[in-house]
Amino acid sequence: MIEVLAPGPLTTVQDLGRPGYAHLGVGRSGAADRGSLRLANRLVGNPEAAACLEVTLGGLEVRFAVAATVALTGAPCPVTAGGRAGSVNGPLGVRAGDRLVLGTPGRGLRTYLAVRGGIDVPPVLGSRSTDLLSGLGPGPVAAGDRLRIGGDAHGQPTVDHAPVPVLPGALVLRVLPGPRDDWVTAAARERFVSAEYTVSPQSNRIGVRFDGPALERAGAAELPSEGMVRGAVQVPPDGRPVLFLADHPVTGGYPVIGVVEPGDTDLAAQARPGQSVSFRWGRTLWR
Amino acid sequence: MRILRYGREALLVELAGLGEVTGLHRALSEALPPGVAELVPAARTLLVTYDPAATTHDAVAAVVRGTDVTAATAGRGPLVELPVTYDGPDLEEVARLAGLPADEVARRHAAAEYAVAFCGFAPGFAYLTGGDPALRVPRRSTPRTTVPAGAVGLADEFTGVYPRPSPGGWQLLGTTGAPLWDADRDPPALLAPGTRVRFVP
Repeated sequence: MIEVLAPGPLTTVQDLGRPGYAHLGVGRSGAADRGSLRLANRLVGNPEAAACLEVTLGGLEVRFAVAATVALTGAPCPVTAGGRAGSVNGPLGVRAGDRLVLGTPGRGLRTYLAVRGGIDVPPVLGSRSTDLLSGLGPGPVAAGDRLRIGGDAHGQPTVDHAPVPVLPGALVLRVLPGPRDDWVTAAARERFVSAEYTVSPQSNRIGVRFDGPALERAGAAELPSEGMVRGAVQVPPDGRPVLFLADHPVTGGYPVIGVVEPGDTDLAAQARPGQSVSFRWGRTLWR
Repeated sequence: MRILRYGREALLVELAGLGEVTGLHRALSEALPPGVAELVPAARTLLVTYDPAATTHDAVAAVVRGTDVTAATAGRGPLVELPVTYDGPDLEEVARLAGLPADEVARRHAAAEYAVAFCGFAPGFAYLTGGDPALRVPRRSTPRTTVPAGAVGLADEFTGVYPRPSPGGWQLLGTTGAPLWDADRDPPALLAPGTRVRFVP
């Protein structure tokens, strides 16, 4: 059992989401930075899809009722376990009664806390993820919550430390054009990959919003709503692009001018408000 | 039919209309091509997502191109009857827009057999087609901040039922007590694409 003493600005339970229900209006949800969740699970000997805590801008404080092995990945933050300093990207031993305290990350936005055995909240449609758009899954983690530790481990931790690239200060995201890149002007397509954008404070798990030059539509026609994907870059009427993350709506009515490469979408999920981001048309050698 | 690239893990099929969307969706869901993950029908398109480690754009596109999208017509799905009370706050406004008495609006709404074209907006929210063309009305100019669960509404060519309280701009005709969404049920949505629907006063 883990007792939540303080959740920080926003902490949710996340796994790899609930695929297979988009045709019923249910998005996949799951970790915003999928690669970091997978790594955290591997570090503690969990299946890659086990449920973890996704901690936004640190500030999480929990007490472990039992000894546990944990790992932190994603946005690197200072951590203490029972008053002893620990490090990220490697397994960390926690004793019964220890408080685990996460500081504010120096870079990045979302830190993943994996516990050996997984976080055991009741699954909804096969996933323990909190979907902040549809309201499915458990509510955000709150002070006083008691989270059960599951029995989901399948091996022993095998590495002491995973080498992870430092999160970049200025982010460059590779975008594959389409399906609606012809719905903005040629000048807007050029501006999109030459301008510098800033991550807006309005960003959340649904999408990253950007401040920067507007992208003009090529016509006045309305697009009937169509299916959306994670990584899609939508151009709403104000012309400022929105990059869809884990809790994106399953359909949308604004044109998608391109889709960010899956790995780069993980990086975008770590972009902080105010951070500078630029886009590049990606390799279009399709397979 | 036009097939558009949609990132590394999806393609978007543009079709002539809802009939073709329903046809392609039904055909592909009956025999899901290898590596395909999800099919998301919408008004004019079908989104097909796939695992790029298991298949390729070209392989999925070939299956899509080889599918007959014209054969299927709405009407083969299961029939669900929704009990309804025509007590909605916009009944009079819809009657005014349609140029019909309110009881005639209710009669025509209940006389039609609908089919779920696609879902979206919220878990279990189904866009129903097949309604009386005389009842085609625009959305409210100002959406309501809260629409109660079970509210039956009209917007453009669609009718729909709000599965749970949410903001919404549809013109509300009535109320149903049918449980449209239950995450503990399999399937969780009462109305899935292809399901036929009648409203029973």
